[in-house]
Amino acid sequence: MMDLLLDNRALVAILVSALAAVAVALTGEKRRNLRESWTVLAALAKFGIVFSMVPGVLAGERYEVNLLQISPGLELALKVDPAGILFAMSASFLWILTSFYAFGYMRGGGEHKQTRFFAWLAVCLSATIGICFSANLLTFVLFYEILSVATYPLVIHAGSEKAYRIGRQYLVYAITAGIALVAGTVLIQNAAGTLDFVAGGFLEAEMGTGLLWAVFVCFFIGFGVKAGVMPIHSWLPNAMIAPTPVSALLHAVAVVKAGVFGFVRLVGYTFGPDLMGAIGAAAVLAVFAGGTILLASFIALTKDDLKARLAYSTVGHLSYIVLGVALLAPQAMLGAAFHMVTHAAMKITLFFCAGAIYIHTGKKKVSQLDGIGHQMPLTLTAFGVGAVGLAGVPLVGGFISKWYLAAGAIDAGALVFLGVLLVSGILNAAYLLPIVTRAFFRRSPDHVKLDEASALMTVPIALTMVLSILLGVFPDAIFRFFSLSEAIVASVTGVTFGAMP
Amino acid sequence: MTADFLLSRYPYILIALLFGIGLYGMTVKRNLMKKVIGMTIFQTSIYLFFIQGATKQGATIPVLDPEMGSSPELYINPLPQVIVLTAIVVGVAITGVALSLILVLHRRYGTLDEVELLRRMRESA
Amino acid sequence: MSQIPALIPTSLLLASLVALLVGLKSHRAAHLIALAGAVVAFVCSLLGLQAVIQGDGEAIRYAMGAWVPPIGIEFVLDSLAAYMVTLITFIGVMVLIYAPRSLAFETPGRQGMVYPSMTLVLAGLVGMCLTGDVFNLYVFLEIAALAAYALLAIGDRGAPVATLRYLLFGAVGGGFYLLGVAYLYFAAGTVNMADLSMRLPELMESQAVIVAAVLMVVGLGVKMALFPFHLWLPDVYTNAPSVSAGLIAPIMTKVSAYAIIRLFLDVFPPGFFTESLPIATTIGWVSAAGIVFGSVLAIAQHDYRRMLAYSSVGQLGYIGLGIGLANPLGMIGGLLHILNHALMKGLLFMIGGAVRLRFGTTKIPEYVGVGRAMPWTMVAFTVGVLAMVGIPPTAGFFSKWYLLLGAADAGAWIWFAVIIVSSLLSAIYFFRVVEMIYRDPETDSAVADHEPREAGEAPASMFWPITIMATAVMAVGIFNVLIVSALLERIVAPLGG
Repeated sequence: MMDLLLDNRALVAILVSALAAVAVALTGEKRRNLRESWTVLAALAKFGIVFSMVPGVLAGERYEVNLLQISPGLELALKVDPAGILFAMSASFLWILTSFYAFGYMRGGGEHKQTRFFAWLAVCLSATIGICFSANLLTFVLFYEILSVATYPLVIHAGSEKAYRIGRQYLVYAITAGIALVAGTVLIQNAAGTLDFVAGGFLEAEMGTGLLWAVFVCFFIGFGVKAGVMPIHSWLPNAMIAPTPVSALLHAVAVVKAGVFGFVRLVGYTFGPDLMGAIGAAAVLAVFAGGTILLASFIALTKDDLKARLAYSTVGHLSYIVLGVALLAPQAMLGAAFHMVTHAAMKITLFFCAGAIYIHTGKKKVSQLDGIGHQMPLTLTAFGVGAVGLAGVPLVGGFISKWYLAAGAIDAGALVFLGVLLVSGILNAAYLLPIVTRAFFRRSPDHVKLDEASALMTVPIALTMVLSILLGVFPDAIFRFFSLSEAIVASVTGVTFGAMP
Repeated sequence: MTADFLLSRYPYILIALLFGIGLYGMTVKRNLMKKVIGMTIFQTSIYLFFIQGATKQGATIPVLDPEMGSSPELYINPLPQVIVLTAIVVGVAITGVALSLILVLHRRYGTLDEVELLRRMRESA
Repeated sequence: MSQIPALIPTSLLLASLVALLVGLKSHRAAHLIALAGAVVAFVCSLLGLQAVIQGDGEAIRYAMGAWVPPIGIEFVLDSLAAYMVTLITFIGVMVLIYAPRSLAFETPGRQGMVYPSMTLVLAGLVGMCLTGDVFNLYVFLEIAALAAYALLAIGDRGAPVATLRYLLFGAVGGGFYLLGVAYLYFAAGTVNMADLSMRLPELMESQAVIVAAVLMVVGLGVKMALFPFHLWLPDVYTNAPSVSAGLIAPIMTKVSAYAIIRLFLDVFPPGFFTESLPIATTIGWVSAAGIVFGSVLAIAQHDYRRMLAYSSVGQLGYIGLGIGLANPLGMIGGLLHILNHALMKGLLFMIGGAVRLRFGTTKIPEYVGVGRAMPWTMVAFTVGVLAMVGIPPTAGFFSKWYLLLGAADAGAWIWFAVIIVSSLLSAIYFFRVVEMIYRDPETDSAVADHEPREAGEAPASMFWPITIMATAVMAVGIFNVLIVSALLERIVAPLGG
């Protein structure tokens, strides 16, 4: 029995939160401490299982599970590789923190339908880990679609007319993306006869440029929607109507990164960097990503609503990763992979802070935050750390990923994108740091007494802040995120990096 | 030449005429009773086509007569007859159901005008 | 074992007859007899299915009344027939279990006549699938149709109007098919399918055979509600009782589609539908038009049943596209969609009936609060919706998957696009209902609450068939390879590898 579970760890990691969702739904509102404990147990178990596979993956082991055929010759199959486990690690670790944070947030705000909320959150995590470990495109599509649908109840959680309207928009985007993905998958299956991801890609130039471009366009729509690439990003800022834990975990980490991860799989494991460069698709992707980085940063400057500002910041930062992948240079790819983790840690810190401020003081707008640092110093300190990290200041995680992105841009000879990275770094500072200075250096009669949000919220905030700094100081500590990023680049491009920075 | 052709094929021409009349009644007429009449004519034309196709000059009904012998030249092919007999039964059943529906409609709405009935049906739905 | 092809329709016919007599006295007894007949037929179908699969697709033949073909009529249980009859009898059993409570509410006092009609519809449909004789197929077609008219006419106030229009369309369709049979008989001298398939290759160029093929396909196309012959369908489903719609919508039109596929694959020579005359391509184009038309009109509907009806017009188009593609993958998609759509549409109509029983309405804007009152039924509903939209791993995804693979293989890019676009359209009209169901008047001022007539989930006799159907929708999706490799790949063998 134990052997069976160990051999199929990839599957168990997926199923554990699906089981938790059922347990949560059956336990219900009346026994909410028991209900919460299911979530915690599943989150810990999921992280433990994923973490236990890290050393093996770094040593070159690939944990595989073949479930059953779902189309003749096509299996529902799982395979744990560096890229998958990197994403799975960040999502499952942050789920633990988000769970505690969400208990505090939902109780503090007296939210309705909490059972439904936690059950669907668990389903989303199952689908996300499924995406991480998918061994072929069809399995990927399957979990991707489940994730799209499972997020819907969380988007409409508020239950207001506005929430339903936004939910409708979200569904149209998500279903369109899903169908585009299916179309692209069919085209590949028809042309290549296989859908298994291979590090370095499995498509051939002989399939014809026209077909390859058609496939690329399908996948660009399919992944671009979730990754918030402009001009198909507009669902993401609107989806901030969901409760903040959802914005934090799903709309800064799990769901949106699933789209970004899709681009990683597309460039690194389907087309392969060489073919992407040869047909010119990489350049197109890079241009879209670069444009998104700049535009989103400018739009973020204009937003007074704190969550909206963070949402546009997310849109911009997701495109950092897409850009890093699209530049095709090994260093840029390394930066992109590492930015998946660092951005997750930093952005979730910012969202946690925004949620704590909202639940505790009812304030949503940047212009209302004068002096709030005196009331909630820890929260605003954490916010400051996240902000400087996103701007790319050394000693916080964001610096390292941006460093490699910039080095990759130089390697690739794409100095325009180096300029984009620099300008957007300044813009990042311009839209985030004033919030911190406002909070600490201005005074407001509303915020004089020291009064933090509940420990259920502040402890996760402190932990994500520590994680952000840890990633900047010891990028390979404990979780081995940096080694995993290097392993991704090594498997896709064959380039290995020697010592750590 | 044309006359010969017409003379030799006149049953088929009549059948085609009936077929057309039936379809016309079913599609163009607004009164449901007339549509059902059209339907009956339409079906009858198909029966006739079957029968006509199976006729043989100088042959008789397909019941074995010891005096005439068993040469297949002397008898009409029985299969189309059987088929048409069955088809007539089916057709009668359809007509029966159609008429009973018409009765219900006339009692319920007091009219058999299709456009009017459709309008009222969609109003009540 | 060799009697199975005969046992399936006979048990249903017998049950129908007995239920008719008993139904005059007690509709409960009639229900039990009808259900027993359907269960026997279902078990026989399963046995037949098993025998056919184990026999590597070898057909089981039975000569009716020991009259050997071509004189007599033979019943043939091959892979395609086994696939169809198992589906038909399964839906039959489910709807019969479901029927009593729904009928007692929607058509009180008339249940006694419903059960014999239901079994008669089933008998007609299984007969169509089993018979090896093109004329006998016509007879079963009309038997099923006649019983269906009776089932549909007892619905809402406007039902007889819709039914009479259906009858007239059906008569034209049947007439065209019969005329086609006449041409075929005069050209080939037989109405036995096996004989026809041997004689027709020499007659590929014959005008009469070409006319026959066109007439038969047009006739069956009308019966199948293939665009633009679908005009009868929306009104019929909108006014029918939930039970009748739940029985007829899933399987009736599909069996006409089956008949076209049978003619295509097994009666006419390979290539006849694609090369001598572009019949398959024509079916594909009208189907593509139907998919777009049905999906667009479904968006505009406020009545749940009418929305499902227009959705059916679109979904039937998928089956037509499978025929039109005329390659193995496309045909597998079309055939799989016969099964998938039957399960999904049956499920959705049954849920509509359950909601009507509890809330007394079929209007979508009045569905507010249903999600709270009937949570588990609505889980089943959501499964059905996801399948209709084609979200994996539900059944609906996989028929589209094979159709898309077939379209890509054939290079039919416009059809490819039609399938893609219509998935989006169906998401729009189905998620509208999902949204309405889960809206909560407490937090949402835009909707008014609707108190149920009776509280609680649907009664057990309706709840369990719904649950089983929803499970089947999931299971057929996840395990679709079993069906594809054991049955469908064998069925489409005439199309070549």
